[in-house]
Amino acid sequence: MTLTLLDQFLWIVIPYMTLTIFVVGHIYRYQKDQFGWSAGSSQFLESRQLKWGSNLFHFGIILVFFGHVAGLLVPEGVYSTIGITKGLYHLGAVWIGGGAGIITLGGIIILAKRRGGNKRIRRGSSASDIVVLTALIFVIVSGFTNTIGYAVTGGDFDYRTTIGPWLRGILTFRPDAALMVGIPRGFQIHVIASFFLFAYWPFSRLVHVWSLPLEYLKRRYIVYRKLNSENVK
Amino acid sequence: MKIKAQFGMVMSLDKCIGCHTCSVTCNNTWTNRPGAEYMWWNNVETKPGIGYPKGWENQEKNNGGWTLKNGRLELKAGGRAKKLAQIFYNPDLNMIDDFYEPWTYDYETLIHSPEKKHQPVARPKSQLTGEYMELQWGPNWEDDLAGVHQTGKLDPNMRGLEEQVKLEYEEAFMMYLPRICEHCINPSCLSSCPSGAMYKRDEDGIVLVDQDACRSWRFCMSGCPYKKVYFNWQTKKAEKCTFCFPRIENGDPTICSETCVGRIRYIGIVLYDADRVEAAASVTNEQELYEAQLSLFLDPFDPEIIEQAKKDGIAEDWIEAAQQSPVYKMAVKQKIALPLHPEYRTLPMVWYVPPLSPIMNALEGQVDALDPKMMFPTIEQMRIPVQYLANLLSAGDEEVIKVVLKKMVIMRHVMRAKQLQKEYDSSLLHMTELSEEEIVDMYRLLAIGKYEDRYVIPKAHREQAGNMYFGQGIAGYDFMQNCHECMGGSGALEEEFEARWRKNYG
Repeated sequence: MTLTLLDQFLWIVIPYMTLTIFVVGHIYRYQKDQFGWSAGSSQFLESRQLKWGSNLFHFGIILVFFGHVAGLLVPEGVYSTIGITKGLYHLGAVWIGGGAGIITLGGIIILAKRRGGNKRIRRGSSASDIVVLTALIFVIVSGFTNTIGYAVTGGDFDYRTTIGPWLRGILTFRPDAALMVGIPRGFQIHVIASFFLFAYWPFSRLVHVWSLPLEYLKRRYIVYRKLNSENVK
Repeated sequence: MKIKAQFGMVMSLDKCIGCHTCSVTCNNTWTNRPGAEYMWWNNVETKPGIGYPKGWENQEKNNGGWTLKNGRLELKAGGRAKKLAQIFYNPDLNMIDDFYEPWTYDYETLIHSPEKKHQPVARPKSQLTGEYMELQWGPNWEDDLAGVHQTGKLDPNMRGLEEQVKLEYEEAFMMYLPRICEHCINPSCLSSCPSGAMYKRDEDGIVLVDQDACRSWRFCMSGCPYKKVYFNWQTKKAEKCTFCFPRIENGDPTICSETCVGRIRYIGIVLYDADRVEAAASVTNEQELYEAQLSLFLDPFDPEIIEQAKKDGIAEDWIEAAQQSPVYKMAVKQKIALPLHPEYRTLPMVWYVPPLSPIMNALEGQVDALDPKMMFPTIEQMRIPVQYLANLLSAGDEEVIKVVLKKMVIMRHVMRAKQLQKEYDSSLLHMTELSEEEIVDMYRLLAIGKYEDRYVIPKAHREQAGNMYFGQGIAGYDFMQNCHECMGGSGALEEEFEARWRKNYG
């Protein structure tokens, strides 16, 4: 199969551009903008809608993340080795994946409604907040649509033999654009939209994901610091 | 034993006139900025009342401070794992409406109004939404008991007084309670911060928020039982009283103290044993927390303590300051200053001398209010119920309050006798366990209040500090919004500072 210039651009150039921006962008931002590196909570201004929106969205997206790891990064062969048949995988992907999708989608809808409908929140929104929200909605809706399609067609299109190997190829620097040519348009749109989100990530509030404070679980409660900040403990 | 020095403040409520000068100068110095305009790092509440933010003392709802779980000290809102599970939504967070919705006025209408029959009016406009608003609550809404017939019942300190106090005009009582961050020895705010952005300064105990490390997880706000950590709704970061550390480091009192017209405030350091903090905060009986906290403080005149303090890196001038400290004198020696809500188990370091108040009507005019023999039975009939003060300052232990009030009455009696060159009953001194010398010292502090007696503030040691330029931003807050460029921006200035610093100290 011959690859057009567009195929090469979409499935090799864009991914590596995105990866570069993602990595370098994070390093740059972390060095230059500690002050801006935060979750940017707005709970202080509105809490009722946030309770549902934020909880649903965050717990949902965590499930979705692990779903993507299971579907894309774990090779199909692993499943057959441990005895998970295609039918069984399909069942899990549709029900668990679909469930996680509904939770996430519900959450982001509430959050979007809150950001647009609550005057305090709307007025306090930065342009970046709006871009992130719009991108997330687009990525989530396109992804969820694919899951529905996947369920309806009974897993006719198997991303585990196309998108999965392609993504692993990108990450291991053996890209093969051919794997992505001819896959359903919905999946293509979802992938490209995700790349936009990843490229924008380092410059948005999404960086708070990397600051999940797991060290708190081990830390002693009281923190002392000496005036000499080299002696921080 | 590990000795640390800690700044503390005493406020003599007997002298507070509720003028709010402290609040205004604090606001002008620190919080007169967008996103911080609703913050009063120093505020003066009229008690009884629900205060600022509304109902801050209601820990059943707010879950601030510490509690004992199976005999062990734990954050009341739950431990580390529970915090992380609630990181997407903090169920204990106070809303900005609990403080108040900040507003401004459309002053333009006053200037640009055409000639009209009626005066133009500047209407309030929300700073959150930019829309006109009806004011329902604001700073000092309860000033001088305004609305207390409604809010007074919700004041948690009215526990056990519901029957006694009717909040009717004739029986009403009030007092002022100026509040700043307590700079606790066992702070629950920074213990609640998942990212470790808040810290207690090792040298002087001041609690600060590292603005660069704050990730907006907002648990400090709910963790603090005094609700003295605020959320800047524009920068989305926590901010709090800094104990005016730039002034303190220079030996100057905080701006709230400096400008206090009633001269009610005292600043000094105490030495304490950092190894026993958790044990002191973990005593079972809430009413023993006060004594447990006192037991942490070390005698700065004791040669062994002095030796250990030096070993632990406390400088000579700081030990001297601890010996002269008005906080040590009033809280530890004279025992007339009490911690605010010791039951929160944070070991707070702003202490209060409870106010004396007039005797209730029934007795007024019938007794010589300064004759202590007549006074003691009537302390319980003072306008401000002892129980109320006890709920504020001694976890409900009325005896503690009575002892302090007695000391203050006896001080007045003794000093009056001395002024008039009369004899006084020396058995009175016995009752206070204070010598005449100490009584006079107390009088000098409370009644005369010379500047140098009220503020004994050792300067920070420059040689202990690292590169102060690079410390900017981690020690409280140092910015206006988008002010990264203020300091040169190009980086040239930073490099020059660094080079100079390395040459001198590196």
